Amino acid sequence: MTSFFEMGGYAWYVWMAYGAVAAAVVAETFALRRRGRRALATARMVREAGGDADMHAIDSGGAR
Amino acid sequence: MIVNWFRYASPVSFYPLAGRLARGFGALAAVFAAIGLWIGLVAAPTDATQGDAYRIIFIHVPTAWMAMIVYVAMAFWSAVALGLNARLSAMMAQALAPTGALMAALALWSGAFWGRPTWGTYWAWDARMTSTLILLFLYLGVIALRQAIDEPRRADRACAVLALVGVVNVPIIYFSVRWWNTLHQGSSISLTAAPKMAMIMLAGLLVMTAAAWCYCIAASLTRVRAIIVERERGSGWVASLIGIGTSP
Repeated sequence: MTSFFEMGGYAWYVWMAYGAVAAAVVAETFALRRRGRRALATARMVREAGGDADMHAIDSGGAR
Repeated sequence: MIVNWFRYASPVSFYPLAGRLARGFGALAAVFAAIGLWIGLVAAPTDATQGDAYRIIFIHVPTAWMAMIVYVAMAFWSAVALGLNARLSAMMAQALAPTGALMAALALWSGAFWGRPTWGTYWAWDARMTSTLILLFLYLGVIALRQAIDEPRRADRACAVLALVGVVNVPIIYFSVRWWNTLHQGSSISLTAAPKMAMIMLAGLLVMTAAAWCYCIAASLTRVRAIIVERERGSGWVASLIGIGTSP
């Protein structure tokens, strides 16, 4: 098992490359989930505030 | 069965479809990645000349391909958006940019960590590396341009023009290893010649490429759903989507 992680002496290079991809995929997945939730929450707030006239005030609060 | 495809050109009907597709492609991406990682990290033997450093190929090549393919897709939807003044196409182009930028960054990053043990350097101003860096900057430029323009429909047009101008860079990346004889090696796989690698390595590469395709499709469709809600929240159907009656 240790020999697997050692990657024949290339552990630093192999795991830096694979680790970055894993981190990026996890980060993007969470960011997308949050963006979808925020978009719906903002749409709800805008509705409840009475429409898009007040949109900019809510916009500056987040939902990017 | 006759499918009216134009039905899906409207955000109202595309929103639920995109959700189902995103879940399907996301699941496929996970399955392909599991198989591909097993082949790439466990089943495939150590390379005779590069040792285990060559295993970076299983993420470097798929991310590099997707960086180019996503850009072409973004340029395609930009062209449709400009030509037909189609709102959903512009949103699709908008949704592709961040995932494409991520793929370009990962291709450059994994390439650096492959270049160091094999070429002796993390970075060189080689033709392919430089043109891929320009691809990353084009993605970032498209994203920044959109952030800089408040009115979404104006941003759509400006970003579409930039995306279309930048597409000239894609064939430059693709043919760079033939046009300039610099550090980056030529292609290991082409449609016209037998692949220059062992079968098991080729299999791992193709499965990882399938995973990358499915992941990019799933991520872009998930993002376009958020964009649809962000941009269409004034419309009645978004109101019913969030469970609030259409305001008078």
